[in-house]
Amino acid sequence: MSARRLAEQQPDSFEFTPENQAWLERQIAKYPAGRQASAVIPALWKAQKQHDYWLPQKAIEKVADILGMPYIRVLEVATFYTMFNLEPVGKFFVQVCGTTPCMLRGSDAIIEVCQKRIGDPRKVTPDGLFSWLEVECLGACCNAPMVQINDDYYEDLTAETFAKLLDDLAAGRPTRIGPQNGRRRSEPLGGLTALTEFYGADGESGPLSAAQPAHPAE
Amino acid sequence: MAKIIVDGIEVDVPPEYTLLQAAETAGKEIPRFCFHERLSVAGNCRMCLVEVKGGPPKPTASCAMSVKDLRPGPNGEPPVMFTNSPMVKKAREGVMEFLLINHPLDCPICDQGGECDLQDQALAFGRDRSRYTENKNAVENKYIGPLVKTEMTRCIQCTRCVRFTAEICGTSDMGNINRGEESEITTYLQSAMRSELQGNVTDLCPVGALLPRPQNFRARPWEYSKTPGVDISDALGANIRIDTRGREVVRILPRLNEAVNEEWISDKARQSVDGLKLQRLDRPYLRENGKLRPASWAEAFDAIAAKAKTAAPEKIGFIGGDLSSVEDLFAAKVLAEKLGAKNLDARQDGFKLDPSHGRAAYLFNATVEGIDQADALLIIGSNPRWESPVLNARIRRRWRAGDFPIAVIGEKHDLTYPTEHLGFDPAALQAVARGEGFGAVLAKAERPLILIGAGALAREDGVALAALAAKLAVKGDWNGFAVLHNAASRVGALDLGFVPGEGGLTAEAMTKAGALDLAFLVGADELTVQPGAFVVYIGTHGDRGAHRADVILPGAAYTEKSGLYVNTEGRVQMTDRAGFPPGDAREDWAIFRALSAVLGKTLPFDSLAQLRALLFKAVPHFARIDQIEKADAGALSKLPAGEIGGAAFVSPISDFYLTNPIARASKVMAECSALAKGALKQAAE
Repeated sequence: MSARRLAEQQPDSFEFTPENQAWLERQIAKYPAGRQASAVIPALWKAQKQHDYWLPQKAIEKVADILGMPYIRVLEVATFYTMFNLEPVGKFFVQVCGTTPCMLRGSDAIIEVCQKRIGDPRKVTPDGLFSWLEVECLGACCNAPMVQINDDYYEDLTAETFAKLLDDLAAGRPTRIGPQNGRRRSEPLGGLTALTEFYGADGESGPLSAAQPAHPAE
Repeated sequence: MAKIIVDGIEVDVPPEYTLLQAAETAGKEIPRFCFHERLSVAGNCRMCLVEVKGGPPKPTASCAMSVKDLRPGPNGEPPVMFTNSPMVKKAREGVMEFLLINHPLDCPICDQGGECDLQDQALAFGRDRSRYTENKNAVENKYIGPLVKTEMTRCIQCTRCVRFTAEICGTSDMGNINRGEESEITTYLQSAMRSELQGNVTDLCPVGALLPRPQNFRARPWEYSKTPGVDISDALGANIRIDTRGREVVRILPRLNEAVNEEWISDKARQSVDGLKLQRLDRPYLRENGKLRPASWAEAFDAIAAKAKTAAPEKIGFIGGDLSSVEDLFAAKVLAEKLGAKNLDARQDGFKLDPSHGRAAYLFNATVEGIDQADALLIIGSNPRWESPVLNARIRRRWRAGDFPIAVIGEKHDLTYPTEHLGFDPAALQAVARGEGFGAVLAKAERPLILIGAGALAREDGVALAALAAKLAVKGDWNGFAVLHNAASRVGALDLGFVPGEGGLTAEAMTKAGALDLAFLVGADELTVQPGAFVVYIGTHGDRGAHRADVILPGAAYTEKSGLYVNTEGRVQMTDRAGFPPGDAREDWAIFRALSAVLGKTLPFDSLAQLRALLFKAVPHFARIDQIEKADAGALSKLPAGEIGGAAFVSPISDFYLTNPIARASKVMAECSALAKGALKQAAE
């Protein structure tokens, strides 16, 4: 990975929407007077969400002005956290986890699909739909390999299911968030093998519903 | 006090001391890169690792751990620390090896070579051979201003520059962007730094990443002759070291003086050195038929003598310049006395106070060190950020320590610390004097500091304003009446009595048409003598004074003579000669001595030593070098009150970088000035 820089093409201005501005003011109010700089990460995050998932220079300056910080201090934060995108990303921004558990479970194949289907990392496809990036652990190791697309996790991928997922997204078809191999959340693939008297009695996994007694034996 | 044993030596240190300071107390040197006494502790270079007993069982960063953090031994023995154990040696070697992983091996072409902390410490504490086979990381160079050249591949991310611009300068120009292996030191999007102290980052940088741009590839550190001097770009009298190579002054560095400039100097003090070589007057000139032509000393003296014969004493005047040493002015004064002239003045800006008001009326009585003790500050008609950036940094440091209300009357400027702006004109000062608003704060303060600049004291009502301000400043033993001058020569001239004698004209009056027949400008470049008078300019640069002159006598700049300067707090300081003036130019006192012989009024000294003996007899405190002769605060209460005008205060400095002839001749200063003006325009938009 090379040093991150601000995008060459920059919009002329950035303004928070009234709702986001109000939200940001609520965040700033959480901190004592004179400590409003503590809200820099939420502010940048909101700016990024508002601005098609990437941070333009003007947004960094806007945040600095609102929080009364020198520009360089906000730039330091924005460049430190790789979750802040400094360049435009695709409509579907794919973050592929490549950390050890995912790698052992085949993230290399997922990356290969990205490379073939989308191209080089951090490059947006000509239709503007996709861009991708290998990232560090996203904390879903038991469903490895996995990717994060915008705000959603897609887990238990194979090269085939991932390619299909990208096709579905590109075509605007509905997709299922979560495991792509029929698994429920992070439960065993073949159904529950333990604690079946607590879980799965209704054919649905998960905690017992209110209709069922908490302790069937009683 | 806490006891600690450093390598078997028991020392008793304050408990808040860091292990590094404790080791220094014991006489043990600890290598360091990121640690700096005047900056916050970062603890990121890891070079200062030591071994401790009673602390964590691993090498400990000695800059970031206090003596009080260590536990005593089981029987209450003092904690033990080792600075040269095998563990420490190994740790240092390891740290040094990591630092050098990405540091280029370009010492032979690096300007820092020879005065590089990394080089020295690698020699002293590093391994004796390299294990690197991998490629090194390269980092893009950054533009961070006209004064600092970058070579960012050499950077070891100590963040001294980042902390300096944030804490001392208060401009927060620099930062550390990206992370880990890619982290880079830069300004915001490679804009120029905005501080008047930015040049100091080149001294702070422990490697060759930030280097003074004007001195790029000019000389090696061991080639310099080093001469202690005093800065004359403002009235603070910062202590400097003048580095010369051959005849040429190549660079100027700060010299440590805790009482004056600590270890900083302003950019004007540091980088106007190229002005010492440009626009220099290296031979006498004579105006003939409206045009200046080169002349010999004898011709020039004869022309002056011819004029002096016909001029009446009351039509002869001497105007002292802002950069003149006490000796120059003394020689001029003695000559004036011999000629019977009473028109002499060194206050080109029209400063209204003179020795008759008492010495306390024109000194920074609180002293520069006194800023640290002050507990409230009122700034009147001054912009300390431009009038003395180093002093301003000291005010900022006092503000950072907390509980220091600061108010400003006069122009609104970004002084790098928050201030309460009370108003633009004297009405605001009168309100404070009545105890309104900030007046209540000052009344409560035990040691109020009233910083008053030429913006107030050079007005027509300057004396009355001083009288009003002085009332707020004196409390018991504390005299917080602090005059911030702009001219290095000013206090020396006033101490010397280089002011109009009885019936004599002030500098301003002398410039009026018809006031004088014969005017001597002793390096006076800040005003223009109206047509009519025959003007003799004794100075160094082809600036305003020389353009108006009928005879030019080339003098010596402050690096080319030994001289006394008295700073704004009244501290007498002496400079040494670092080189000789160019061409036929001579030291100013010698010019006066030679001229006096031609005029038939031979001055009573033939050498600088004889001159100084007379000078010390006339004004004894000039002999007490590096000391402040305290002024009697009683004089302040006798200042005559008077009518106070309603006009707004105007700061005397409109362009920080171009306040004296040397700076105006400097290309580097011109570039800085253009940049600052552009920045100011941007800020106004």
